[in-house]
Amino acid sequence: MDPRRTARTVSDPKVRQVGFFTPAPPERSVSDPPRFQDPIQPPSPSPTQVNDHSPSGNSLSPVMIPPAHHHSDNFLRTALQATSPTKAFSYSAKTVTIPPENEDVASSFSPGRKVVSAKSPSSFPGVKASSVPASELTTVSVVNLPPGISEKAGGASVEVQNDRPVSAKTLKEKTSKAERRALQEAQRAAKAAAKAEGTKASSAASKVVTSANTKPSKAAKSSSQKNDGSQVAASEKKGGDRAPEKDRKKDAPHPRMQYDDKSRVEKAKKRAVVKQTEARNRVELFRHLPQYEHGTQLPDLETKFFELDPMHPAVYKVGLQYLSGDIRGGNARCIAMFQAFKEAIKDYSTPPEKTLIRDLTARISSYVSFLIECRPLSISMGNAIKFLKNRIAKLPLALSESEAKSTLMLDIDRFINEKIILSEKVIVKHAVTKIRDGDVLLTYGASSVVEMILLHAHELGKHFHVVVVDSRPKLEGQLLLRRLVRKGLSCTYTHVNAVSCIMQDVTRVFLGASSVLSNGTVYSRVGTACVAMVAHAFHVPVLVCCEAYKFHERVQLDSICFNELGNPDAISKVQGRKEINYLDGLVNQENLQLLNLIYDATPSDYVSMIITDYGMIPPTSVPVIVREYRRDHLWS
Amino acid sequence: MWWRSASFILDRQQHQNRTVAPSPESFLLSSPPPMADSPLNPKSNISAYYQTRAAHHAVVTTDWLAQAQAAVGRHSDDDGSLGGDKGAARIGGGGGGEEEGSGKAFSVIDEFNSWRKQPALAEAVAAIRALAAVIRTSGAATMMELEIELKKASDSLKSWDTTSISLTAGCDLFMLYVTRTSALEYEDFNSAKSRLIERAEKFGEISCKARRIIAMLSQDFFFDGCTILVHGFSRVVLEVLKTAAENKKHFRVLCTEGRPDRTGLRFSNELAKLDVPVKLLIDSAVAYTMDEVDVVLFGADGVVESGGIINMMGTFQIALVAHSMNKPVYVAAESYKFARHYPLDQKDMSPARRPIDFGVPIPSKVEVETSARDYTPPQYLTLLFTDLGVLTPSVISDELIQLYL
Repeated sequence: MDPRRTARTVSDPKVRQVGFFTPAPPERSVSDPPRFQDPIQPPSPSPTQVNDHSPSGNSLSPVMIPPAHHHSDNFLRTALQATSPTKAFSYSAKTVTIPPENEDVASSFSPGRKVVSAKSPSSFPGVKASSVPASELTTVSVVNLPPGISEKAGGASVEVQNDRPVSAKTLKEKTSKAERRALQEAQRAAKAAAKAEGTKASSAASKVVTSANTKPSKAAKSSSQKNDGSQVAASEKKGGDRAPEKDRKKDAPHPRMQYDDKSRVEKAKKRAVVKQTEARNRVELFRHLPQYEHGTQLPDLETKFFELDPMHPAVYKVGLQYLSGDIRGGNARCIAMFQAFKEAIKDYSTPPEKTLIRDLTARISSYVSFLIECRPLSISMGNAIKFLKNRIAKLPLALSESEAKSTLMLDIDRFINEKIILSEKVIVKHAVTKIRDGDVLLTYGASSVVEMILLHAHELGKHFHVVVVDSRPKLEGQLLLRRLVRKGLSCTYTHVNAVSCIMQDVTRVFLGASSVLSNGTVYSRVGTACVAMVAHAFHVPVLVCCEAYKFHERVQLDSICFNELGNPDAISKVQGRKEINYLDGLVNQENLQLLNLIYDATPSDYVSMIITDYGMIPPTSVPVIVREYRRDHLWS
Repeated sequence: MWWRSASFILDRQQHQNRTVAPSPESFLLSSPPPMADSPLNPKSNISAYYQTRAAHHAVVTTDWLAQAQAAVGRHSDDDGSLGGDKGAARIGGGGGGEEEGSGKAFSVIDEFNSWRKQPALAEAVAAIRALAAVIRTSGAATMMELEIELKKASDSLKSWDTTSISLTAGCDLFMLYVTRTSALEYEDFNSAKSRLIERAEKFGEISCKARRIIAMLSQDFFFDGCTILVHGFSRVVLEVLKTAAENKKHFRVLCTEGRPDRTGLRFSNELAKLDVPVKLLIDSAVAYTMDEVDVVLFGADGVVESGGIINMMGTFQIALVAHSMNKPVYVAAESYKFARHYPLDQKDMSPARRPIDFGVPIPSKVEVETSARDYTPPQYLTLLFTDLGVLTPSVISDELIQLYL
C-alpha cells in the first residue's frame, strides 16, 4: 500500500519459471554442440565429457533455461558484447594480429596465441593454453577474458574436473545464490585440481573461477548431466583432502548451509544427532534447502533420549517439540528455546581446565546445532542466540561461576520480558489506535500479536468485523478463529483462494511476520505476500506487526534463497478425506516434485506500515531501527 | 458505512435492528453516527487551529465570524455546559493546577491563546512559550515535580486543540527536551529551570531562523522563467518566494483560490506587493493549468511519519494531478512540524472542521463536508525542504525515530 517505490521490478519472470520446467530430453544438450557454425568455436571437448559423465549424474532434469541459441550463437554474442579488449582478443585469436591498444591482454596471452597461430586457426586458443607455462598464464588479466575463452582455457588446462564446475556454474545463473554456490564449487574444484595437477593447473583454474564470476551472464551452455556430474565429481574429489580441515572448526552446521552441496551435507550428517532421511524428489529451485522425510526420526530420537550425553534434557525436549511441530510461531519457539537454555545454564558447571565463557559458548553452539537439525532456526531465534552469546562473551572474567550463571539467567529473563512480552504489549497499544468503529479487519494465518490486538480492541469496545484468512495445509487460522469467536468477536473465515473476493470489503489488513529484513521485506508465513499484494491492489492498507527483535539486517529479494521446506506429504494428502487420493502412489515418481514452502517474502512496496515496539514506522525505516536496536540493546 | 458490499448486508440489517430502538433517525440517515451531528451543529468541532489561521490571515467570511465568535464564546464562558471534550479537558487541567499549586490562578491555555494572537508566531512556538510560562510560574522544587507539572500542562494543551498537529509536535518536542535535560547534571535546580526557560525563549528565534534556512536551501530548485503553483497560505512558502524574488529570479506564481477561507487571495496579495507576477485560479482549475506549471510548492500543517504531509484541503488532489503529469511537488516545512502520526488514509486523522460559506442557504438535509485538511501520501511528494536539509519523504521517519527514541 506504500508505493513510494512504484518503479519496482518484481523479479524477472524468467527466474520464476525456472523452478518448474519440463524435463528436457538429455540428448538435446549433447546434440547441440555439433551444430557449431562459427570457425572460432572449438570442436568442443564438452560433448565427450558430457557423455562420460551423464551416467554419474542422476536423470533429474535441469533447472536451466533451455538454451535458445546453441553454443556458437551464444559465444558470438558474448564475444561481441564483451568489452573491447576481449573482443579484440577473440579476434586476435582468429586473425593473429594484435591491436595495439590491448597490449597487456595480448602480451599476456601471447604464448597461447603463438600456439594458435602455429597450429590451427580454427581451433580455439584457450584449448591450447594448457601447454602454456604457468608463469605466463598467471599474468593474464582475468577480467578481460571473455567467458567462453576463459572457460575453455580452464577446461583444457585443468582437464575434466575443472571444465565441468564452470559449466555447472552457468546452470542457475539467474539466482545469485546459485551463482555463489557455483563459485564455491568451482573454487573447490580448483583446489582439487591443484592437488592433482600441480600449481600450473590450479592457477589457471582459479582464473577460470574468477573470470566466470565476473561474467555472470554467461550463456547457458551446460546440461543437467554436466551439472550433476560436476557436483558429484567435485564432492568426490574433496571428500578426502578437506575433511580434517573441516573437522578442526567443528561447529554447528551453518544456519544457511547449502543442502545441494553434497560434501557438506555428508559432513553435517556425520555429526548430526537427528538422523534425518532426505526426501527424494525435491524441486529443483529449492535444492539448497533441507528437505527431509517427515515422521521417521521422531521415534528414533525418543529412544535415544537417555543416551545422548552432551545434550541437556530441556534442550532435547524443546528440539523434539520443534520436530513434531508442537511448538510453533516465532515467539513461542524463541521463548521455549530460551527457557531450555536457562535450564541448561542452571545445570551447567564448568569442566576443569576450561573457562566458563569459552566452554559455555561452545555448549550453547552445540545445543543450537541440535535445534537446527530438528528444525531450521527462525531469524528471531538467530537474533536471540546472538544476544545470548554476546552476553556470555561480555561476562566479566572476575565473576564466579554461580554469579555468571545467575547473570545469564537474568539476562535471558530480561530478554523474554522486554523484547518479547513487553514489546507485544506496546505493539498492541499502537495498533489499536488504527482500528476504528466499523472497520473490517483481515488477518492471515495465526499471529500471536495480531490476536492480542484484536482481542484488546474488542475489550476496548470497538465494533469491528474480523476476516480470518487461512490456508492449507496448516490451517492455523482455525485456532485463531476459535479463540476469537469464543471471545465474542464477529468473524468471517475463508481460505486464501477467496482473498480477492473478500478484499473489497476489508478496510485494514493486519499481518504478523517471522522477520522484517532491512530493505523492508517482510518474511512471513507463506501466503502472506499473496494477501498483501491483493490488499495493495484494492488499496487496502497493510499493517505488519513485528517485534523489533525479529528485525534483521539482511536483505532478501525473493523467497528462494532462504526458506524452509515443509513436509511435502502435507500438501499431497488431505487428511480425513479418503476419497481424494489422486496422488496416492505417485509421490515417489521421478517426474513429480512436491513443494511445500513455509515462508515467503513480501516486498516492502506492499506494506503500508510496520508496527513495532518503537512505534509505527514505514518499511523504509527498518534499517534505522536495526541500527538503533543493535547499538542500544543487543551489543550493549 | 460499515459494510460496503452485499456479503455483509445481513450483518448490517442485524446491526441496524439492534440500534434502531435508541435512535430511529440514525436508521434513516445514511451517515455514520459521529458524522451525523457535526454539519448541522456548527458550534461543535470547529478547529481552533483554523480559527487562528483565519484571524492571522485576515480572512473573513460572515459565516466564519459568527461561528468563530460563537465557538470562542463557548470556550471562554460556558465551560463544560455542553459537556464538550475541550471544556472538560480544560477543567481537568486548570483544576488540577489550582489544587496543588495553592491558589495559583494560571492556565496554560490562556497563556497559549495570548501567544497565539501574534501573527508571526507559529503555533508550536506559542505552545512552547506557554509551557515556558508554566515553568516560570511553577512552584516545583524538584525536576521530577516540574516534569509532572509540565506533562499535565502539555496534555491539557494538546487535548484543548486536538486538530493542530504542530501544537502537539511542539509540546512533544519541548517535553522531550525537558526530560533529556533532567538527565543532565546541573549544579542546582534553579539553573536547570532557567536553562529550560532560556531554551523556550530561543525557540521562537529558531523557528524564524528555520524559515530562513528553508528559503535559502530551496533557491536552487527554482530556475528563471519557471511557473510555480502554490496552494494555501503558508509563511514558509511566502518566505521562500520572497527570497527568490530578492535573488532576482524571474518566476511566475499561480495561486489557487483556496476555498472556503480564500487563503489564496491573501497570498496573491502578498506576492503582488513583491512585484511577482501572480495568477489566481479557482480550485477546480488546477488540472486545466497543470501543463504550464513547472513546480508545485506546498506548505504543511504537519509532516507525518510516513513522509506524507497533512495540509489544507485540496493539497492531495493537486499533488495527484501533478504526479500524473510528472511535475515535481515540493513541500516547505519546518522540522518542528514533524509529528509522530501515521495516517493510513484520509479519514485516519482527527478531523479539523471549519464552516463553509456557500453564499446561499443550504437545506438542513444536505450534508456538507467540512473537513479542513487532507493527507498527501509520500509517494506523491518529490522532496521536502526543511531546516534539516532537503529531504526525501522516507527520511522523515528516520529523523523522527532519531529525535524521539
